[in-house]
Amino acid sequence: MDLFEYQARDLFESYGVPVLPGIVADTPEEARAAAERLGGVVVVKAQVKVGGRGKAGGVKVAKTPDEAEEAAKAILGLDIKGHVVQRVMVAAGARIAEEFYFSVLLDRAERSYLSLASVEGGMEIEQLAVEKPEALARVHVDPLAGIDAEQALAIAKAGGFDDERAAQVAPVIAALYEVYTGEDATLVEVNPLVLTEEGAIIALDGKVSLDENAAFRHPGHAELEDAAAADPLEAKAKENDLNYVKLDGEVGIIGNGAGLVMSTLDVVAYAGEAHGGVKPANFLDIGGGASATVMANGLDVILGDAQVKSVFVNVFGGITSCVAVAEGIVKALEILGDAATKPLVVRLDGNQVEEGRAILQAANHPLVTVAAGMDEGADEAARLAAAA
Amino acid sequence: MSIFLNKNSRVIVQGITGGEGTKHTALMLKAGTNVVGGVNARKAGTTVAHKDANGDDVELPVFGSVAEAMAATGADVSIAFVPPAFTKDAMIEAVDAEIPLLVVITEGVPVQDSAQAWAHAKAKGTTRIIGPNCPGIITPGEALVGITPANITGKGPVGLVSKSGTLTYQMMFELRDLGFSTAIGIGGDPIIGTTHIDALEAFEADPETKAIVMIGEIGGDAEERAAAYIKANVTKPVVGYVAGFTAPEGKTMGHAGAIVSGSAGTAQAKKEALEAAGVKVGKTPSETARLLREVLAAL
Repeated sequence: MDLFEYQARDLFESYGVPVLPGIVADTPEEARAAAERLGGVVVVKAQVKVGGRGKAGGVKVAKTPDEAEEAAKAILGLDIKGHVVQRVMVAAGARIAEEFYFSVLLDRAERSYLSLASVEGGMEIEQLAVEKPEALARVHVDPLAGIDAEQALAIAKAGGFDDERAAQVAPVIAALYEVYTGEDATLVEVNPLVLTEEGAIIALDGKVSLDENAAFRHPGHAELEDAAAADPLEAKAKENDLNYVKLDGEVGIIGNGAGLVMSTLDVVAYAGEAHGGVKPANFLDIGGGASATVMANGLDVILGDAQVKSVFVNVFGGITSCVAVAEGIVKALEILGDAATKPLVVRLDGNQVEEGRAILQAANHPLVTVAAGMDEGADEAARLAAAA
Repeated sequence: MSIFLNKNSRVIVQGITGGEGTKHTALMLKAGTNVVGGVNARKAGTTVAHKDANGDDVELPVFGSVAEAMAATGADVSIAFVPPAFTKDAMIEAVDAEIPLLVVITEGVPVQDSAQAWAHAKAKGTTRIIGPNCPGIITPGEALVGITPANITGKGPVGLVSKSGTLTYQMMFELRDLGFSTAIGIGGDPIIGTTHIDALEAFEADPETKAIVMIGEIGGDAEERAAAYIKANVTKPVVGYVAGFTAPEGKTMGHAGAIVSGSAGTAQAKKEALEAAGVKVGKTPSETARLLREVLAAL
């Protein structure tokens, strides 16, 4: 889960990372009030989970509360790379002398952590890595040893900070690492980390990604979720503990196991090329169980998508018997009753496949077609979607 | 021959008394696995009742720790069915006991826990970890340490390594007439113990394996690194499959690792890297199976 800048700022503050005062505002009036409270020059910043907001007009300096209100008016509702700005942060202004870069993140290749530091910040990290790779230090972090004061100093020096500046930046680096481990983050990035003309080090902008697998030990993380941005169908699926992602297509997909479902999306997209270009409408992994209730909940979510014209159920019975899956589908259709209106193509293979298919055939539901295999099922579901 | 697991492997189950542990201990025994006991600190000294592959009753001892279980049974493989919150401790316990192979099935392990457990295992250097969040490993006809259905297919010339559980089953099903030397599901998390490269290296060295199927999915660059490894080190034919061509950027597809960010990690990029290394890549599981048959027939 990616956080908004203001959420990252609040986390930083709670870990003792130096930040500027900032107040969120959802309306121009709130922005004005925030500017009045902060006093002096402020910066009105769009809160969107995407880079490049400055260039898109999402960051404006305001010298007075009037200007802050005007700035918020211009920024709220702005579309930045498909993200519409719903909220701004009004932050105290800073007189910036120098801009630096620091991040710590998961390193998949090394199965470890990596820190990146540079005395030359102020541009996008991707750009920095390309234009000045020598200026960007990449220092591996041992997950067991972490970043202590000594290691923080070594990272700063590797990033090109001189001794005096390194000594000043190191405690901030150590505190940011505390944010990373303390919050189970997969990324903590500060860009820019600044030196003010008054000589203070401040995290001016922050990006934090949290590990959703660790939510069980961070009850507070649920509040950081951006419920407003979630697709209503995704929200409904989440309520039912279903792993659902809404896509832009016509063939609803239900399967078991993340890999097989991803593969099913691909196979349906290929099949769709021969049927007017229909595409998969969603990703939905019902996991191993596939009970009638789970199947009914899944179908309910998918049939709630007005774009869906047909549904492809692709299940490989591993430990789960195809009998249980077939019974689940039959019962799910009973539960849904008249709410089930779209044709269903069902592919079953694996454990007790003959018995499972026999159950579907005996039920003889007018909406259900039993497919011989994954490719055949995908083709039939695409054909039905195109014909609808 | 096979990789990592054979009929002589002596297996213990961490979390043998739990729901999943009980269910899969029964299935592993049925598949012929030599399960010799289990671990649960709170139930040490008790036994659990199961049936072996012949349907005969067996009483499996429950020990207080992996070290005790190894000392008493000579176990050299452990499989962990423990909740995510306790997985790191279970992994570290097994590593400290120097068990040669540890398979972690648990889904939803915090990635920093995996990183710490891996760092510990790497420093120790005595335990191979498979997983977490994986279906485990099966050497058909010999042993199953995981949750893969043992009845899909039998022994044969194909080695399989996959990030995904159900795609492992699907591919074993597609090639059920050929059979497998070993099929290993390495898991879809961002940090995992055994990688595609580890499995490729072992399959290359295994005389029974004639051809290899490698299944990847979107996210990270493990497939690209595997491609470079194949080009430099693997002489056996490798056929690849990558799931997630239609996955949109920025959306996680079930596996924590399956997310496309920026231009990296796309299925297309992985396919191209593999093809550049001489790996034939199927667009679908069935096409991948067809390609494998072709390369095997050409040997």
